[in-house]
Amino acid sequence: MRGKKRELPGHPMDRLLRVDRIPHIWCSGCGIGTIFGGVLAAIQKLDIDLNKLAMVSGIGCTGRMAGYIKVDSFHTTHGRAIPFATGLKLARPDIKVIVASGDGDLFAIGGNHLIHAARRNIDMTVICVNNLNYGMTGGQQAPSTPLGFKTTTTPEGSPEEPFNFCYLAAACGAVYVARWTALHIRLLTNSIAEALQKKGFTFIEILCPCPSVFGRRNKMGNALETLKLYHDRSVIKNEIDPKEAGIDLFGEIVVGKFVDRERPTFIDYYRSIVCHETPEDNVIRIAR
Amino acid sequence: MRFWRRPLDMPPVKLSRGEVIILPERCKGCGFCIAYCPRGVLALSEEFNKKGYHPPYVKEADKCVNCHFCEIICPEFAIYSINLFEKEGEKAGA
Amino acid sequence: MRDKAVEKGIYFMNGDHACCEGAIAAGCRFFAGYPITPATEVAERMSIRLPQVGGIYIQMEDEIASMAAILGASWGGVKAMTSTSGPGFSLMMENIGLGVCTETPCVICNVQRAGPSTGLPTNVAQGDMMQARWGSHGHYEIIALSPSSPQEMFDMTILAFNLSEEYRIPVLIMADEVVGHMNERVVIPDIEEIEIVNRAKPHAPPEGYLPYRPGPNGVPILPNCGDGYRIHVTGLTHDERGYPVMTADAQAQMVEHLVNKIVLNREKIIKTTSFYLDDAEVVVISYGITFRSARSAVEQIREAGVRAGLLKLDTVWPFPEELVRSLARNVKALVVAEINLGQMVREVERCAAGRCRVHLVPHHGGAVIRPERIIEGIRAALKRKRNR
Repeated sequence: MRGKKRELPGHPMDRLLRVDRIPHIWCSGCGIGTIFGGVLAAIQKLDIDLNKLAMVSGIGCTGRMAGYIKVDSFHTTHGRAIPFATGLKLARPDIKVIVASGDGDLFAIGGNHLIHAARRNIDMTVICVNNLNYGMTGGQQAPSTPLGFKTTTTPEGSPEEPFNFCYLAAACGAVYVARWTALHIRLLTNSIAEALQKKGFTFIEILCPCPSVFGRRNKMGNALETLKLYHDRSVIKNEIDPKEAGIDLFGEIVVGKFVDRERPTFIDYYRSIVCHETPEDNVIRIAR
Repeated sequence: MRFWRRPLDMPPVKLSRGEVIILPERCKGCGFCIAYCPRGVLALSEEFNKKGYHPPYVKEADKCVNCHFCEIICPEFAIYSINLFEKEGEKAGA
Repeated sequence: MRDKAVEKGIYFMNGDHACCEGAIAAGCRFFAGYPITPATEVAERMSIRLPQVGGIYIQMEDEIASMAAILGASWGGVKAMTSTSGPGFSLMMENIGLGVCTETPCVICNVQRAGPSTGLPTNVAQGDMMQARWGSHGHYEIIALSPSSPQEMFDMTILAFNLSEEYRIPVLIMADEVVGHMNERVVIPDIEEIEIVNRAKPHAPPEGYLPYRPGPNGVPILPNCGDGYRIHVTGLTHDERGYPVMTADAQAQMVEHLVNKIVLNREKIIKTTSFYLDDAEVVVISYGITFRSARSAVEQIREAGVRAGLLKLDTVWPFPEELVRSLARNVKALVVAEINLGQMVREVERCAAGRCRVHLVPHHGGAVIRPERIIEGIRAALKRKRNR
């Protein structure tokens, strides 16, 4: 093999990774690694000061993202990544905060926190990896599990209709809402970069193959087959009402950027209404 | 773009060329890179890595156009490509 | 900013408000909370006071979020607190555990009301003492203080912040409804005279720095978020790098460290106040609002010729084991008065280990214990034969 003895530059993401913890724990074919790569690529692309960036995760497969990124990273309790991140962001408005967690963490146990953070427009970017079930615990029903799909706790098929996360986030006031799949990696990277540059609560849902647990139980084949499903079923519909943007694994998987708007953040209102500051006094006044 | 005849002033198309580098010990054999390489550069090797997976190998090195797709779709940070022209600029110009 | 944070003077204010002033004097600049009787006044005053000193007040969606938010703010390098009462305290438990495990300084003021469940929202109790000790899952040590007056609400809130910064641990202020709502004289000294402790900051270069390696006093020197160390903080069992390690050895090392940093420093942490211990043949042990009834009882019974002493637990956790053990060797009886059916008395019994009688003056909650009941208790304890 050529180049074996050459000095190679190393993987371009290594500077953002805790390389001493790689390989990570995600299963073969799991898309979280790909999505994580997209997050890192967006950070790389924007050339963000890595000392002024933090990632907060909850619990679950995606919750492990915080453990692999080489920035200040916090792996908190189940569902509580968003309120933890809220405290961190308000204490340090100069630090960019990314919350990366799964659909169960963010919308089941943490649902209350998500809707309120979106309402308050806390300046953070929420990366929601949706693998349609609870992977870490072996594949139980999640608020995203499609009707009729099997999980270990719905062996006959789920009797519940899932949330449309993008519709929910948009209704709660998120200023940026998008959905992609683990296959739309370049669009996803651009979208994350766009969200990171926006002020306010930005939300990106990413469909992710879970071949070892969800895929196996629902006879969806290996991860490549799930990616093929994304390829065949995904339709990009930018700017549409997220209410109309459904995920139908037998029909259309609607992806795209659905919401992109401006709204003052919690800090903006806090400064003007509570502290009576004019925009010119835009100084971070927390004494440290 | 397709033309009914080749324009006389058309500049020669310069295809970028890349070299794929595989870090076999990070690989978990999902096959994403092989399936989604637009140029069919990669193939599954018969060898096992330490974890017992079959990593890919570079089968058609000359075909790589350094599109980085293998790099960005790999969930394991186990594969990447580098620009050959940049690296061997003098030779490429000759 | 610090010189203007609190105004020196003599005030007439309630315990909840005094707690806020203590917090601001200690350097607290972040409060996240949720309304709950009888702790609401803490949040209300914080919402007025924090913007005045450049801090942030946020009302969260529940107590779980409040607790998570103060942990996040603390990692942002800001001293942070929340306040609550029983039901909210129950909701905070999981994230108090996260604070213990990740060694995050913060202060939680629990203005106790009678439980279980919604109980008596507007009435006093001291029923959360064991929850303070063991409420979050797993084995750990915690620091809890028990103020008995608005003045102590002020003083102990400062102490709570100092202890939390020094030992990097959530510190609980176990107040109660009466202390929270009573208005009394509170003396706020000149801010320059108040001792303030700030968390140690690392000076070693970030490369290869082991953030969770215990420092000289057993407490790790951790950077704040944004200091350039780019550390990982997790509630999973972790090693000195802060990385998760899923082995029994790592668990042993981490838990031992978390316990030892408090146990080995307990002489520096524990504060008690004692009265008439020198000649005492019976000692009343009490804390919080009940201390005031106990003090009245002891003064009265001493006038009647009974050699009674009084031990007030300023620090309830860690429990002053050595002191109670030595008292048990020298007195006939220990009388414990508390507004529950026997919580701290278990610790007293454990430390007395049969060396003297231990007598409980309990109360179901809803009112303070009257001094007469404690006097009865003292007399009963002296009359009683060996242990219960």
